[in-house]
Amino acid sequence: MTDRIKKSIELNAPIEKVWHALTNHTAFGEWFRVRLDGPFVVGEKTTGEMTYPGHEGTKWTSMTERMEAPTLFSFRWPHGEDTDLSTSPSTLVEFRLEPTANGTRLTIIESGFETLPEDRRMEALRGNEGGWEIQAGNIKAYVEA
Amino acid sequence: MSKPEPADPGPVEVFAALGDPTRLSLLTKLSDGQTRSIATLSADTKLTRQAVTKHLHVLERAGLVKSIRVGRESQFGYRPEPITAARSYLDRVSAQWDDALARLKALVER
Repeated sequence: MTDRIKKSIELNAPIEKVWHALTNHTAFGEWFRVRLDGPFVVGEKTTGEMTYPGHEGTKWTSMTERMEAPTLFSFRWPHGEDTDLSTSPSTLVEFRLEPTANGTRLTIIESGFETLPEDRRMEALRGNEGGWEIQAGNIKAYVEA
Repeated sequence: MSKPEPADPGPVEVFAALGDPTRLSLLTKLSDGQTRSIATLSADTKLTRQAVTKHLHVLERAGLVKSIRVGRESQFGYRPEPITAARSYLDRVSAQWDDALARLKALVER
């Protein structure tokens, strides 16, 4: 039991293509379902709005930390009302890429949940409990189809 | 006689309480469901009773252990509820990433 989420997936695509899908803000928005106002730039804030069905309009703010093509991309997600990273609690999201024989292994690590105040934890999930149950059902249908 | 159950402090305090090797090992010992005294819990460690007491109180504030007065000494026992709540919190975040990763896979492999 730790305070972090770790996800790893094998992608049947070259590492450069995965890097593009992660770091190009338009491509990122397509799979993450968020409309971002501008590109990811190290040390700068990126804003936008979720496009996930049922959660349209939920604000997105991230602060890009590292972009080390094509192996490491990371950003902080502030979770307070105030999205200033110097004052707001946040989680750190890291995308680590490794080339494999058939494509790319992508590992996502999200950490720092212990810093989030309790009244913000649902916002940290960017949705309500019912929404996440629906989303869990979506992935089940997707992977088992 | 047992103390009143502490209010659910939510996963933040639980994660913070778990983020320490001594507290994790105390919790591991107690997770078999047996209650133990401070003397028992500090017997096979290099820690002083005071140190063990301090760590037990952090765990108690997070709702992870409860203290029960047995005669003249306090016995400590494991409470599983906060772990269940913290796990379901991480499961929900995790489900979000599973869903996003499935879409990323579809995008890069098409």
